[in-house]
Amino acid sequence: MITEFTPLTSALGGMMVGLAATLLMALHGRIFGATGIVGGLLRPGDRNDWMMRAALLAGMVAAPTLLLVLTGKMPQIQVPVSTPAILIGGVVVGVGVFFGGGCTSGHGICGNARFSRRSIAATLTFMAGAFLSVFVMRHLIGA
Amino acid sequence: MRLLTAFLIGLLFGAGILIAGMSNPAKVLNFFDIAGTWDPSLAFVMGGALLVAVPGYRLVLGRPKPLFEQGFQLPDTKRIDLPLIAGSLTFGLGWGVAGFCPGGALPALGTGRTEVLMFVGALVTGLLLARYIRNLMQNNLQTA
Repeated sequence: MITEFTPLTSALGGMMVGLAATLLMALHGRIFGATGIVGGLLRPGDRNDWMMRAALLAGMVAAPTLLLVLTGKMPQIQVPVSTPAILIGGVVVGVGVFFGGGCTSGHGICGNARFSRRSIAATLTFMAGAFLSVFVMRHLIGA
Repeated sequence: MRLLTAFLIGLLFGAGILIAGMSNPAKVLNFFDIAGTWDPSLAFVMGGALLVAVPGYRLVLGRPKPLFEQGFQLPDTKRIDLPLIAGSLTFGLGWGVAGFCPGGALPALGTGRTEVLMFVGALVTGLLLARYIRNLMQNNLQTA
């Protein structure tokens, strides 16, 4: 499935994400990591921490509705893979981000933005993993 | 007040992710498909994010403390160890199979699309499974 090259909207969206990460650090002193948000919600501990993560998640989940109101259409989601691929890939992603301690947001943006060696190593590794599995899935297996 | 700012920051993050195309598996997978239908857009997402977050973090972390809290919560480990590398590699492999990453999928939950719900359900299963595995490993180490 061919997708359109969108350097401007992608860079604009990226800048919004970078601004959100900066604001969360400036106001609340926290890393913006999707893994940490979901992981923390699954582990009820400190009530304030839990509520904070719930508020971040609620904001994220409200975003498509905001875009629908502003632009008149839902953001595009095209899924070119099978249901088993989504389910198996999802479990594998969950195990990976747990042991890796973060994902594209926590390591890829927040960690790299403060030049953390661990995050740079993690980012290079998960990018390599994704290149590898896309190559295998599309060009070797042909799924 | 704190919950309201957290909600608004989550909203900004989610809107950015959606506008950027990070919630669209077709686009994400094409970024990694250099040998096929390559779409380099996602490089601009990370570029744009770092363009803001690098100077933003520099400015913010140079201050004594965040506005609402007593201190910054930053990871103190510096070691590049096996769990970090093996976990990140595993994450990457799964990302390339499903096309969603956690930060892309969470905002997409708001579209109500079944594929997103399935992915997030599987993600939660994976996180719980990993925690169970880690607890088993720690118990074995303690009793050994």
